[in-house]
Amino acid sequence: MTTSTEPKTNPIQDGHSSEHRERKWQDYFTFSTDHKVIGIQYLVTAFFFYFVGGALAEVMRTELATPDPDFVQPEFYNQLMTMHGTIMLFLWIIPAGAAFANYLIPLMIGAEDMAFPRLNAVAFWMIPPGGILLLSSFFNGAPQAGWTSYPPLSIVSGKSGEEIWILSILLLGTSSILGAMNFVTTIFKMRIPDMDIHSMPLFCWSMLATSALILLGTPVLAAALILLSFDLIAGTSFFNPAGGGDPIVYQHMFWFYSHPAVYIMILPFFGVISEVLPVHARKPIFGYRAIAYSSLAISFLGLIVWAHHMFTSGTPGWLRMFFMATTMIIAVPTGIKVFSWCATLWGGKLNLNSALLFGIGFLSSFLIGGLSGVMLAAVPFDIHVHDTYFIVGHFHYVLFGGSVFGLFAGVYHWFPKMSGKMVNETLGRLHFILTFIGFNLTFLPMHQLGLQGMNRRIALYDPQFQTINMICTIGSYILAVSTFPFIINIVWSVFKGKKAPRNPWSALTLEWQTASPPIIENFEEEPVLWAGPYEYGIDTESIDGNESVEEMLAEVGAES
Amino acid sequence: MNIPSNILTLIAGIILTLVSLWYGQNHGLLPIAASKDATQVDELFNFMMTIATGLFLLVEGVLVYSVIKFRRRKGDTTDGPPIEGNVPLEIFWTAIPTVIVFILAIYSFEVYNTMGGLDPMASHDMGPKQQIAMNSEGQEVALGLGVSPESEQGNNPLIVNVNGIQYAWIFTYPDTGVVSGELHVPVDRPVQLNISAGDVLHAFWLPEFRIKQDAIPGRDAQLTFTPNKIGQYPVICAELCGAYHGGMKTSLTVHTAEDYEQWVQDNTFAQADAPSESVALNTTKSSDEEFLAPYAEDLDIEAEAIAQLNHAHHH
Ligand code: HEM
Ligand SMILES: [Cu+2]
Ligand SMILES: [Cu+2]
Repeated sequence: MTTSTEPKTNPIQDGHSSEHRERKWQDYFTFSTDHKVIGIQYLVTAFFFYFVGGALAEVMRTELATPDPDFVQPEFYNQLMTMHGTIMLFLWIIPAGAAFANYLIPLMIGAEDMAFPRLNAVAFWMIPPGGILLLSSFFNGAPQAGWTSYPPLSIVSGKSGEEIWILSILLLGTSSILGAMNFVTTIFKMRIPDMDIHSMPLFCWSMLATSALILLGTPVLAAALILLSFDLIAGTSFFNPAGGGDPIVYQHMFWFYSHPAVYIMILPFFGVISEVLPVHARKPIFGYRAIAYSSLAISFLGLIVWAHHMFTSGTPGWLRMFFMATTMIIAVPTGIKVFSWCATLWGGKLNLNSALLFGIGFLSSFLIGGLSGVMLAAVPFDIHVHDTYFIVGHFHYVLFGGSVFGLFAGVYHWFPKMSGKMVNETLGRLHFILTFIGFNLTFLPMHQLGLQGMNRRIALYDPQFQTINMICTIGSYILAVSTFPFIINIVWSVFKGKKAPRNPWSALTLEWQTASPPIIENFEEEPVLWAGPYEYGIDTESIDGNESVEEMLAEVGAES
Repeated sequence: MNIPSNILTLIAGIILTLVSLWYGQNHGLLPIAASKDATQVDELFNFMMTIATGLFLLVEGVLVYSVIKFRRRKGDTTDGPPIEGNVPLEIFWTAIPTVIVFILAIYSFEVYNTMGGLDPMASHDMGPKQQIAMNSEGQEVALGLGVSPESEQGNNPLIVNVNGIQYAWIFTYPDTGVVSGELHVPVDRPVQLNISAGDVLHAFWLPEFRIKQDAIPGRDAQLTFTPNKIGQYPVICAELCGAYHGGMKTSLTVHTAEDYEQWVQDNTFAQADAPSESVALNTTKSSDEEFLAPYAEDLDIEAEAIAQLNHAHHH
């Protein structure tokens, strides 16, 4: 582990001795310690689980097209719902965030690899077993107490499924902690000497904020789940009221992690957006420091708002007021970010390619999730809509409209770097349009359902809600269709796509200074920081200035 | 067609304000409000909706405008202007949300207080009731919404004990001894619901009254409200409680005072005919373990319901 922090003379010599180590496709199936391989392993695995989770959602939406539980049994519905939520959070969004972090952090800060490459590989290789374990529960009674798994229901509805759920979350949580340790150390210790913390790309800032939350929150979740596990199999009564335990304590411990977890799921993509927008709008990011510090502010505030999930539960009145206040304050740093991103676009020269379209899609949908979020902070209103479809609408706007749109923006943005091939922009735009329409059609009407009286986590509902539910279901089918242009595009591009130059977008962050895909050592020689990460419109007059960038690099290289 | 741009901005601002104000009042998203408190919650929601519509239009407007106005023209290969920030502007848009949430927090606090959310008798969590929580006057202290400070709401409330079990709500009227699977109350008289759960978590939700409180095994919770519209309203369980959670519904009927008396009469007679039940209500208290034992099994709900009733609210 110390080797990686040694002065980087060896790789440079390697680079000069014209023969590089070659990347073999087999590497992607091995215990590789190369952060780029690990990043892609994370990303591909996450996408696999996305499709599984998405398929489960389609089954649920088909069931919900009509009021009666006719397509699947209510019990099976609850299993689908629990598995969909768990997969989407712990096997899709969190690993996908880690995928970008793994791939990008060392490249962005000019390092050769992560601080602890081996640990990094270990962290990744906990994910497939965790995922397979979770899926295996379908064969012996999947968990059915929701992704929140509140006792007493979770300890009385199927032992084996619930225990498998706990074990797989423990595994995935551990993986997440190991990853976070690596991110923090790498960002603090391995930047090239010229890069001070304020000339670091904003993605790195957002990963610092994310990692802090992972490190502080996940152990508490683990503790809660271990105790829950005792209640489940050893018959203890930590949370079981039948034996004098307290189910509310579980809720506190669960949300102490799981509220920060929603920021663990969105902050990395805040970072992605901060990278994508300036490059394709050809303008510096607006308010670098405001965006950087607001990530930290969100991270801190995110730790003291958890009981807003418990306003109707065992939370006394004055505490409800306290958590209302802290929750509302989070709107301030979040607002700063949204306004700064809008200002970044304003007056730019927008290349409306797939990456930027998804970036703008992110802004427009996350906005709705943010606005409904502030409403939910208001206790009197939350009491009405808590545990209804208003909430389902709200969190899909944040998780899908926010995280997933940001994720796709990132995929289209860095695909040329990761694969060395360009994507087909027409298919990319088609993917965006279908996703945007399908997404809004599925989730916008849900707000109304909740306000009018439809509760969540149900397989059967009042016939008066049929029409709106039908709209949601149709929307979800459009969403399902929207993934086809994406899959076709990616597969086709990997094999047949146009070769990507090293810097197709004329971007300024360091990952674009090396080959596409990067050589195994990342950089031929230690990269030079010749511009800030977002100094567009200053040094370069022309955007098709690939040569000029390289010339400049050569010049600077020669000088130093 | 040479209108100065600041006039255009002004017009856009006025339109945005008017649309927000209109939509905030006319979104039609909420069901009818059947109590004064519910109307207050609606006003809070309308207020938030007004602000949200304004911000929504502003930001989406900026995005749509940018996509149209600032998209790259063919042949243009230059970068945008190197603007890296603007401190006064940033201070401005930090201040705006700060002021908004400040106002919103105070407003919400007021509404919550009027709803009785800070009633010392009803807003405390005394933990699991191994020792039953009492205040100095020996009254029980529970969790939830209680009597509002200025109103007369607390005077002479109709007390109903509510027990949630998989998958039904059981209502017991201590003053008349009526036991029912549906909730019936007279109009304009405060109702105090003492909510408990027999097996797993449930949540008692009255959408038309905008109130909800989890029913937690081993804990007392409370909701107080005063219906002001006659009618029949759904009662919904809003906390996942098992496979048939979606079917855990019943109704609340708000009667005129006379109709309510009639209903009580009808039901007291009906119950007198079934002596086993009235006897059952007086059986001795049993331990929590027995109290909670029957959950998980999909027993016949009726039988289970009656078993639960023996112990409900006899502490
Ligand atoms: C493919 C599009 C999607 C559709 C059609 C969809 C649909 C649904 C449905 C129908 C439910 C169940 C609601 C209920 O019964 O209460 C649900 C729950 C949930 N979804 Fe999605 N969803 C989609 C994508 C996502 C994504 C991308 C995420 C996260 C990144 C996500 C996270 C969740 C979570 C956390 C739950 C809650 C599960 C629970 O209640 O325990 N969903 N979704
Ligand atoms: Cu939260
Ligand atoms: Cu229920």
